[in-house]
Amino acid sequence: MSHGQNFSRRDFIKISSIFLAGSTALSAGAAQAFSGAGSSVGDEGSKVVYSFCEHCFWRCGIAAHVRDGKVYKITGSDHHPLSQGKLCPRGTGGTGLLYDPDRLAYPLIRETKGGKQFYRKASWDEAITLVAEKLYGIKEQYGPGALAMLHHGYGVSFFKNMFSQIGVNKYAKPSYDLCCGPARQATVLTYGYPSDTPEGFDMKNSKYMVFFGTHFGENMHNTAVQEISEGIRNGAKIVVFDPRFSTLAGKAQHWLPIKPATDIAMMQGLMHVLISENLYDKAFVEAHTVGFGELWDSVKDMTPEKVSAITDIPADAIRTVAREYAFHAPAAFVHSGRRTNWYGDALQRIRAIHILNALVGNFKMPGGVVAFQKFPLVQPPPTHEHPAYEKEVHSKYPFFPDDEPSNTIASHEIVQQAISGEVKGLLIYGVNLPETMTLGRDKAIEAMKKAEFVVAVDVLPSEVTGYADVVLPECTYLERYDDLDNGRAFRTPFVALRQPAVPPMYDSKPGNQIAKMITEKWGIHGAFPPSVEKGLDKKLRLVGSSLAEIKKKGVLVMPETDLYRKPGEPLNLKTPSGKVELASARLKAGGFDAVPKYTAHPEPPTGFYRMLTGRKPMLTFGRTANNRFLGDLATAKENEVWVNNHIAEKHSLENGEYVHLKNQDGVVSEFPVKVKVTQRIRTDAVYMVHGFGHTSAKLTWAHKRGASHNQLISRTEIDPAMGAVGFQNNFVTFIKEA
Amino acid sequence: MVIDTRVCVGCSACVYACKQENNVPEGYCRDWVVQESGGEYPKLTMENRSERCQHCENAPCVTYCPTRASHYAEDGTVQINRSLCTGCKACMAACPYDARYVHPEGYVDKCSLCKHRIEQGLETACVSICPTGSLNLVDFNNMDEKTKELLKGKIVYRQKEHAGTEPSLQWISASNKPGA
Repeated sequence: MSHGQNFSRRDFIKISSIFLAGSTALSAGAAQAFSGAGSSVGDEGSKVVYSFCEHCFWRCGIAAHVRDGKVYKITGSDHHPLSQGKLCPRGTGGTGLLYDPDRLAYPLIRETKGGKQFYRKASWDEAITLVAEKLYGIKEQYGPGALAMLHHGYGVSFFKNMFSQIGVNKYAKPSYDLCCGPARQATVLTYGYPSDTPEGFDMKNSKYMVFFGTHFGENMHNTAVQEISEGIRNGAKIVVFDPRFSTLAGKAQHWLPIKPATDIAMMQGLMHVLISENLYDKAFVEAHTVGFGELWDSVKDMTPEKVSAITDIPADAIRTVAREYAFHAPAAFVHSGRRTNWYGDALQRIRAIHILNALVGNFKMPGGVVAFQKFPLVQPPPTHEHPAYEKEVHSKYPFFPDDEPSNTIASHEIVQQAISGEVKGLLIYGVNLPETMTLGRDKAIEAMKKAEFVVAVDVLPSEVTGYADVVLPECTYLERYDDLDNGRAFRTPFVALRQPAVPPMYDSKPGNQIAKMITEKWGIHGAFPPSVEKGLDKKLRLVGSSLAEIKKKGVLVMPETDLYRKPGEPLNLKTPSGKVELASARLKAGGFDAVPKYTAHPEPPTGFYRMLTGRKPMLTFGRTANNRFLGDLATAKENEVWVNNHIAEKHSLENGEYVHLKNQDGVVSEFPVKVKVTQRIRTDAVYMVHGFGHTSAKLTWAHKRGASHNQLISRTEIDPAMGAVGFQNNFVTFIKEA
Repeated sequence: MVIDTRVCVGCSACVYACKQENNVPEGYCRDWVVQESGGEYPKLTMENRSERCQHCENAPCVTYCPTRASHYAEDGTVQINRSLCTGCKACMAACPYDARYVHPEGYVDKCSLCKHRIEQGLETACVSICPTGSLNLVDFNNMDEKTKELLKGKIVYRQKEHAGTEPSLQWISASNKPGA
């Protein structure tokens, strides 16, 4: 087995269109003849099926409206606490995924003939046999650590159960590294519990909300947007620090166009004002926190004047925000945001946010920081003994979570281990790795080329499927059961059901069947319940309900919990000190700064601009890129690069013209991107929405629309404490069309 | 309708919900979102608005329709009788709000204020989906307390009032100060 430097085991294969849904000569209705057995949903007349969405991680409750066996409309579920009858545009767009003509229709197996690699259509049994053999073989030959899974999406629980039967638990969810990880771990280190979704802020009762570069409204998290709107209607003031005049900045009393990469300095400046002007909550700090002295030592020199020079925000504005924030406290907060892992210091950045919250004593106060609760679902005992894991956590980062069984290693570590040969087999569930910001496109492709065996479970022929040995077509979330969802914490704790609105189309199968088939091929029986419905029913009976009951509304909801602390109530936090840790003893013991400290980041070279990224409200990156229904609006059809009007003039760029982008390492965007000339961004940065510029020609809608943000990432900064990936030290310039 | 632009984030859920509810063909829509920004850096302003047919009380589309396809319904909304419509586009030229399009099947189409839903006691598809609560269905002849409270003390405007169309859509301006 050779693992030379340039060894490439597999070439990218363009999946022949005869294996995709569009060419199967089956109408959506006729396709139901292929449906798997076991669906309890009839196909006569009209009905409403309550389930939950999969277009983003928020997992709102949906009502799928079905007529003549077709889903014709998706609305927000009235019963589900996260949607309350409302839904974001992506949620309505489930039909665009379900009826996407590009869907994977059959299992595919890579073949080589005459030196040429291609996919051929396979039967499920043949594909499953091959996957089971290869995965088991790798485990036997190299040990369980040679197998790894990258996953995104709620169907993964079945594959986790499958792998645990052979002692494999090297799992990564890229969303940890790119989005939620630093907030989760910063909350653990400061308050002793992990942050959740929706984030623990009492937004609807707040009077003063401060945001640093997170894009509420553009990121369209249904519940959060509902609560901010209620806050605004109730007179709340909003403050936004962002190099770009975002939609939320458009609602702010203060938009402060901060110099990118200087957020921590600003946070230290705000702390300085709160402490030096005696605006902080002394009683709370004395009773419930540790490390105040160390904190003050670290921000003592961060005067508004000094911070102003770093952040490009006037000193008076820094004082004003700090004073107003303290005035409105405790019904005031600084939000921890989402997907703000930018410069490799994301953990400390969110620690700084939580310290700003603790200083004004807003913990468990109306309008401040709160801890929402989850529905206490009882897990039935395992039906099958599985071997002990090699390790409980595989990550090398000291502050990687040790209490998240579905996330035991950072996704970039798996990419690197596949490149180095430590990982030989990859199961990739719902992650379009070449377009996921986890170390940039080239490393992702190198990892997949070097692995001995790659199996992709996906709905669409996204780029990742071109690098797999076997492609297994999963049906969409509208055609399947998944595990019960009690993973979301909110005012009224709940557990939600995903259930099929229609049977699986084409020759696709739900993940629960795919995982079970592979496990049984290993000769392991009894690891899964006889049917997914029986398994769900058993779990629900442990909490006094049943599948039949939850099917009616798609959700079981508990009464509202009390979110607020009483005067004199001890906090009993699970931190080493039992208090809010302004200075973290654990970080210090690990050799890191106990309190957050600003460090300077690289500046753009002359003529280059820092590449910032974000979202459009109707799209969720790769999940919706090929969605024709959502793509129908002019604003959804492509991404644009936002360029400040003075910079546009300097480069002679016209609004609406197309340019290629080139980054600091000479990487040129494959496709051109439209220029948006605007005052809404600083002169030292440009902005583009992620998730465009797809290279897979089989994504017939997404192909060549806009430019790929991911392609232009050739430099990443990894948080040394908890492993998040930062990608905003990439800089681009413009190449005008000849 | 009263449309509260203070909270609208321009997400377009209203547009997609309408497209599904009313089976609007690909490439067309009955409602749409406008994002307007102004001012000089760094003092910028923004208003997001979900727009549609304004169901005018003095509707030029009705006046200029040669076949009486465009008409006032009993509830005061402006509706189109497809079987009378010849697709001549006189209404489209007359409408100051650009609210109409020619359906690929040949007739002119626009927002019906989800007449079929209102008749069943439901709200319009756009109102019912809107996550921000920006869209409010209001009977201006019989305004409830909640709406009165919503409008109280706010800068509220109607579009192109000078055209004399008496539009039935009112907009709470994004320029209102917090707590106004």
